[in-house]
Amino acid sequence: MSFWNDPLKVAADWLEGVFAGWGMDAILAHVLVAFLGVFLLITILMVLDIFLVWIERKVVARFQDRLGPNRLGPFGLIQPFADIIKLIIKEDTTPGGADKVVYNLAPILSMMSVLILWAVVPIAPVMLGTDLNVGVLFLIAAGAIGTLSIIMAGWSSNNKFAMIGGFRQVAVMVSFEVPMLAMLMIPVIFAGSMNMNAIIDAQNVWYFFLSPLGALIFLIAAIAELGRAPFDLAEGESELVSGFNIEYSGMKFGMFYAGELLHAFTFGGFWAILFFGGYRFFGLEQVSPFLAILILVIKAMLGYWVIMWVRYTMMRIRIDQMLGFNWKFLTPLAFTLLLVTALVNALLAGASTWLYVVGMFLANVVTGWIALEIARSATRKERAQVEGPKTVEAHH
Amino acid sequence: MTAQQIIFLIVALYTLGSALMVVTTRNLVHAALWLVSTLFGVAVAYALLNANFIAVVQVVVYIGAIAILFIFAVMLTRKDMRDAGPQMNSNWWAGALVAVLVFGGLTSLLSGWSGFQNTAAALPSGFDAISLLGESLTSPEAFVLPFEVASVLLLAALVGAVYVAFNKK
Repeated sequence: MSFWNDPLKVAADWLEGVFAGWGMDAILAHVLVAFLGVFLLITILMVLDIFLVWIERKVVARFQDRLGPNRLGPFGLIQPFADIIKLIIKEDTTPGGADKVVYNLAPILSMMSVLILWAVVPIAPVMLGTDLNVGVLFLIAAGAIGTLSIIMAGWSSNNKFAMIGGFRQVAVMVSFEVPMLAMLMIPVIFAGSMNMNAIIDAQNVWYFFLSPLGALIFLIAAIAELGRAPFDLAEGESELVSGFNIEYSGMKFGMFYAGELLHAFTFGGFWAILFFGGYRFFGLEQVSPFLAILILVIKAMLGYWVIMWVRYTMMRIRIDQMLGFNWKFLTPLAFTLLLVTALVNALLAGASTWLYVVGMFLANVVTGWIALEIARSATRKERAQVEGPKTVEAHH
Repeated sequence: MTAQQIIFLIVALYTLGSALMVVTTRNLVHAALWLVSTLFGVAVAYALLNANFIAVVQVVVYIGAIAILFIFAVMLTRKDMRDAGPQMNSNWWAGALVAVLVFGGLTSLLSGWSGFQNTAAALPSGFDAISLLGESLTSPEAFVLPFEVASVLLLAALVGAVYVAFNKK
């Protein structure tokens, strides 16, 4: 086994050998190497996060027909470092009457809820934090910590706007967790496992082609979970100034901001893993783990780009529209799709791959079409009620 | 003592300490947050028992749903988060007695069990707890009936809650 085939294992074995050479206990050396691995992963993610700031600012500028940061360094690449220096030297304020412990704990929990997700992300066939057999559910569990951090930030700031923003964000996250959980079960049905690596291994055909509707609903729920436009009513600038993070300054605000960017990138990664084959791309991942990492990062970046595309194109929707859309349309549709997928999966269990893919795809299209027709007739009725009998006359 | 026992003791002490804070802190939101910390401790205990699925579900259901609901209810119903009244009522000694008796009874029961001193055997390789759990919940020979009855009960509770909250026009 050479370094190029399994770099982490080789490096870990070598380090453990070095520690053992210093007369260290074998178990202690193992734990220490595991800690170093976690430290390395978090460091890489945080460095990546710095450049995500640049990417986000550059992309939003392009969407808004601007240039974006372009003064510091080539293509403005040094701009994020200037941002960081600004955040670090900014005065660290705590509002009067704030609950100090909870106030300081909230940004840490927010960042943690994102970083912890990477424990189950298979970065390459041989590189993953932990091979958890409930990897898919882990995603929702980490989201619960994120929800908690936002409600903590909103409450402890002793600020009405922060509180309202926190409530709104939690309402969004709690509601959209339901369709997201249902959509996470679709790759589980296809792969027959909740293990992330097993889901990728089973994707000889990308699950996007088997369940395009499922991928779309997952993306919508992920955008809502991130609190990005069109679901960014938690930080509606025109009403709430900035929402739950209004009282945070300096690096504490930076933690929320960096956490949000990394979260968006991470969800792009999960979208790629669950529906676009993760690190797999025509067998290239078998050539070298480094190539597999590159494939996953490119796919995650594409997912992240779609999330940004939606964010900077759509307008913010009202909270009643958001809740109505989720509970009256998305959640029933998600559960129906889950039932249909499970049924079709059982019916086509013995069929050939082609028949299976085509059948699944058609089932998705039909489900989506029926859902849209029902939604259309319902909104038509609602509109007729609001507009009065005029429209009825116009029909005759 | 093995490493696992040391970790278990730390986690157990942490859980008990958090649980104590839930009932002794005077700030209701702090109590809810300590409850979250207690539930985390329980989740870690499940993870130590190799019950990954139960551990994750503990976090999803208890922290992601129930604790958040508690916090919401406290924040929406109380203006002043501080509780000024006495923290114990006159029956505290009865509660303490029951707790001590239960602890003593469980300890004496378990100490009579033959496996009390044994360490847990390692799981066989390829042991898939979730598949076993899923199969036993859907198999007619096992728990399909109680599982379905529980689902219907939850559905009935859901419908009931919607009915109570429904605003008749």
